[in-house]
Order: sequence, then structure tokens, then C-alpha cells
Amino acid sequence: MVDVLVTNGPILIMIAAAFGFLMAWGIGANDVANAMGTSVGSNAITIKQAIIIAMIFEFSGAFLAGGEVTSTIRKGIIDASYFVDSPELLVYGMIGSLLAAGIWLVVASALGWPVSTTHSIIGAIVGFAAVGVSADAVEWGKVGGIIGSWVVTPAISGFIAFIIFQSVQKLIFNTDDPLASAKRYVPFYMALAGFVMSLVTITKGLKHVGIHFSALEGYLLATAVAAVVGILGKIAISRLKMSDKSDLKTQYGNVEKVFAILMVVTACCMAFAHGSNDVANAIGPLAAVVSVVESGGIIGAKAVLAWWILPLGAVGIVLGLAIFGQRVMQTIGKNITHLTPSRGFAAELAAASTVVIASGTGLPISTTQTLVGAVLGVGMARGIAAINIGVVRNIVVSWVVTLPAGAALSILFFFIIKSIFS
Amino acid sequence: MPVNSILGVFAKSPLKPLEQHIDKVHECAVLLVPFFDATNSGDWDEAIKIRKQISLLENEADSLKREIRLTLPGGLFMPVERTDLLELLTQQDKIANKAKDISGRIIGRQLVLPQPMQDAFGAYLKRCLDAVSLAKRAINELDDLLETGFRGREVKLVANMITELDLIEGDSDDLQIQLRRQLYALESELNPIDVMFMYKIIEWVGGLADLAECVGSRLELMLARN
Repeated sequence: MVDVLVTNGPILIMIAAAFGFLMAWGIGANDVANAMGTSVGSNAITIKQAIIIAMIFEFSGAFLAGGEVTSTIRKGIIDASYFVDSPELLVYGMIGSLLAAGIWLVVASALGWPVSTTHSIIGAIVGFAAVGVSADAVEWGKVGGIIGSWVVTPAISGFIAFIIFQSVQKLIFNTDDPLASAKRYVPFYMALAGFVMSLVTITKGLKHVGIHFSALEGYLLATAVAAVVGILGKIAISRLKMSDKSDLKTQYGNVEKVFAILMVVTACCMAFAHGSNDVANAIGPLAAVVSVVESGGIIGAKAVLAWWILPLGAVGIVLGLAIFGQRVMQTIGKNITHLTPSRGFAAELAAASTVVIASGTGLPISTTQTLVGAVLGVGMARGIAAINIGVVRNIVVSWVVTLPAGAALSILFFFIIKSIFS
Repeated sequence: MPVNSILGVFAKSPLKPLEQHIDKVHECAVLLVPFFDATNSGDWDEAIKIRKQISLLENEADSLKREIRLTLPGGLFMPVERTDLLELLTQQDKIANKAKDISGRIIGRQLVLPQPMQDAFGAYLKRCLDAVSLAKRAINELDDLLETGFRGREVKLVANMITELDLIEGDSDDLQIQLRRQLYALESELNPIDVMFMYKIIEWVGGLADLAECVGSRLELMLARN
């Protein structure tokens, strides 16, 4: 049976790579609105700046910190022992999953549902393994953990957003001179953002690129990066042009200007976090296919990630961004949201921190979910004038629907691909 | 291509329209000053023109009120209670209605206040409108209250305004008592039915201050829950 893999190996890899690339492209086109929307919606950055930031940081996030989650998707969800006698099933299934998730994303985007790319790929993998192979072939414990994280991560992100925004109100808005307080404290928030990002990259990401640091070195380096970010932020703030009226309204306007600079930093973080977490959804299955085919059908061999896989995913995401992102962003720009930079920053920083921390542990979580959790957190801190609970409910429903939909599609494609090659 | 982003989560803020509404109501109420100036000098054409403006502004306030009520569905999560917000809106709207009633009644009965009362009545009206202006200022602080999360110095500021509002309302009560005394002294020389309506008008003008105070206390309740 394994000779199927030998004879068709290159073709299978090519198909998987093509679908993986398509999926990555879909992720770029689909999620950019969520990852960058808050920054554009609060007018902190222009559409053009958003696209440029997203390209640079999505790529670096995917490339530098995308490895950990990839390995979870590649080998964490399925019990490999079931595929030892028929490794080609794993290959078919992963290719089917990629196609299923990709198609589901396209359909959902067309209908305007904010689905999660993470949900769709995991639903697809669980679907083909449980139905196409055996219900025991799924590592239900692991899957349970992942599903559990979908409840826990929005909660964590909401909690962080709540704390951050409360601290902003205490330290900055609720003072005699909000502007002076903003100038004093905002660099610290910038440094915090820089610290979280760089720490996760250093401790988790760089080993995939072959750079190793000890824990202490990592912390020192992250602190150094944080300090640099904070100092740069301080310089940027001091160069701001303020309208010098002393009434409270313009004061708050000026404070928001300071936060707009901070928002540029958090937008970078968000793009980085999104890249690091979501690239795996596209390239995890691809990596599984490649490792099985290259090792001649041996499953679970300690395969290193092939060198070309991460860049392929990263390039796919960036292309999706570049081609579709523009249109998506324009729509957001037109629907002016009632979001000020101070709120947007709290939500974004919380979501990004949650995502990178989770990516560091290898849990594939949903970026959309952390962001929704963060927005609700800011709302709980009484920072948002009105949150539409109906929309939140619809978003949650579309998450729930995504799992069976991805599963059903992937089962279908799995059997089709199986019949083609057998 | 519809955007599937989470930005739909942000609903339209109800606070801004609420501020617009009180601004409109205030604009409507302060027209009573030129209106009474016109009637006192017997310029009925001018009075009818101002009365039209008052009516127009009251209509605009009404449609703003309806719009806010419609855009405030049950599924909104807000930093203030939805019921409080709607109550506040109702109170605000009553001020405009009251102003319209006063001007309507004066025009309808061609009522002219007796000469000796006119100055005192002018002072009384201005004092009552002060209350409306203060209510407007308090409502306009809502934005900043949101900035600071309904706590701290901003809440103190609004609380002070509400205290001042109570003081003004007390003042206007004193002025009202004096006016009634004046009218009582003049009663015998006037048309009894006109006198009945003058008492009514004095009461209604005082009602402007009462309603402004109601707006204040509604706001206070709203903040107290935070």
C-alpha cells in the first residue's frame, strides 16, 4: 500500500502544497479584517499603513513563531498508531482537510460570517479521522483540550483587556491632567507590548530558525527590546502636534492622539500574533503530508519541519492580504466604528498577548475569539458605549457551525481522494 | 464581498444622540424668552413666528427621541442601564413639550401679562431656563464620563451640577410664590378667565425647572448604579 506514496509522492506533495497555499491565502484574506480592523476602525492608522504593517508582521510572525502550533496540528490531534499500516490514509485525509477548510472559508466569507480558520481546520481533521478511519484514531483528550481553550482563551483575553483598560482609566483619564499622564504612561504600555511579543518569539519561535537562547538570556533580550520600543514610543509622542486648548474635550482628543501612536505598536503585535498562530492552520496538514511521504510512509518519525513549508505559508498569507485585504479594509473604513484608540489598543494588546502566549504553548487557538473576548472585556470595564450582543451571539453560532461543516466537507473529500488514488 | 469582521460588535453609541436631543430641547425652550418679549410688546406676528419655530424644534426633538428608542434594541450591552437611559430621554423630551404648550396657550388666548408683572415674570422665566441649561451641560458631560469609566472626578463634577440644579429649582419656587402674590393683588382688575390661565402659565414655566431637575435626578440615579 505504501508504494502508492512512493509512486505518487511528488504529486501528493504538490497537491498538498497547492491546497496549503490556497488555505494560507484564504487566511490572509479572511482574517486580516479581524486582525487589523480595530486599528483601521479607530482611525489610528490608514488602510495603506495597515496593509504594510500586516504584511511585514504577519510574515515575521508566521516565519519566526509559527512552528510550535504547526507541530500540534500536524501530530497532536490524531493518534498516529492507527495510521502505521496505512499511512496513505493520513496523507489523503490531510489533503482533504486542507481543501475542506479552504472551501468552507470561501463560503463563509461570501456569506459574511466571521468564522475562525482554526476551527475549520481542526473540525476537518477530526472529521476525516473519526469517520474515515476510526473514532479512536482521534486524540479526544487533545481535542477536548483545544475545544476547552476556545472557552478559556476568550475569557483570559477579556480579563487582560479589562485590567488594561481599568488601569488606563485610573492612570490616565481619571486624573487632573490626562494629557500629561498619557505622555508619562503610554510608553510603558508600549514597552509591555514589545516585551510580550519579543519574549514569546525568543523563547518559542527562534528555535525553529535554529537560534537558541537560555531562559535568562531570553528574558534579558526581551527586556532590552521592550526598553527600545518604549523609548522610541516616547520620542514619537514628544513629536506629536497637540492642539493647545485647555478644556477637557480637546484634552481627551489629544490623549487619543497619544494612544493612536500606541495603537500602531499593538497593530504590529496583533499582526505578528495572528501570523504566528494561524499560519499553522494552513501548513500543519501540509507538514504532516510532507513528513509521511518523505520518510516513505513511516509515521511519527521525528520529522523536522521541511525548510520551505513555513515560508510558503507566510507568503500565502501575505499574498491573501495584499490582494484581498485592500477591499476588506476599505469596507471597514467606510463603516466607521465607534471605537477610540484607547479602547482599541486595550482590546488589541489583550488579544495579541493571549494569542502569542497560547501559540507559545502550542495550542491552536482562534484569533477571532480572543479579539471578541477582549472587546467584551473592555465593555465590562465600561469603556465602550454600546456592544451589540446580538452580533456577538451570531459570531458564536458561526463558530459552533464551523466544526461540523468542516468535518462533513473533509469526510467527503477524504473518500473522493481515496478512491482516486486507490 | 461582505466583510466578516468582528467590528459589527460595536453598536452605535446611544450617548451622542442623547446629547443631541437635550441640545435640541434646550434650543426649543430658550425661544420662550424672545416669545414673551414679543407678546409683552404686543407684537403678535413676531410671537406667532417664534411659536412656529418652537413647534418645529419640538417636532425635531420628537423624531430624535423616536430614533434613539428604535436604535436601542434589547441586545445592547452598555455601561449604563438601558431603562435609565430611556427614562432620561423621556424626561428630556417633556421639557420641549412643556415649552410648546406654554407658547400655544398664550397664542391661543392672546394672553398678555399685566405690565407690573412683566419684569418679575422675565426674571422667573430666565431662572427656570437656567435650570434647563444646566441639565443640558450635565448631559453633555456623558462623553467624558464614559472616558473615565463613570468614576472619580468626572462623577463629582456632574454631581455638583445636579446639586446646583436643585438650588436653581428652589430659587424658581421662591420667585413663583412672589409672582403669584403679585397676580393675586392685581386679580380684581383683570378678566377672571385670563387670570386662571396666567396662574396656569406661571405653573407651567415653573414646570420647566421641575423637569430639568427630574433630568438631573435621573442622571444621578444612572451614575449611582455605576
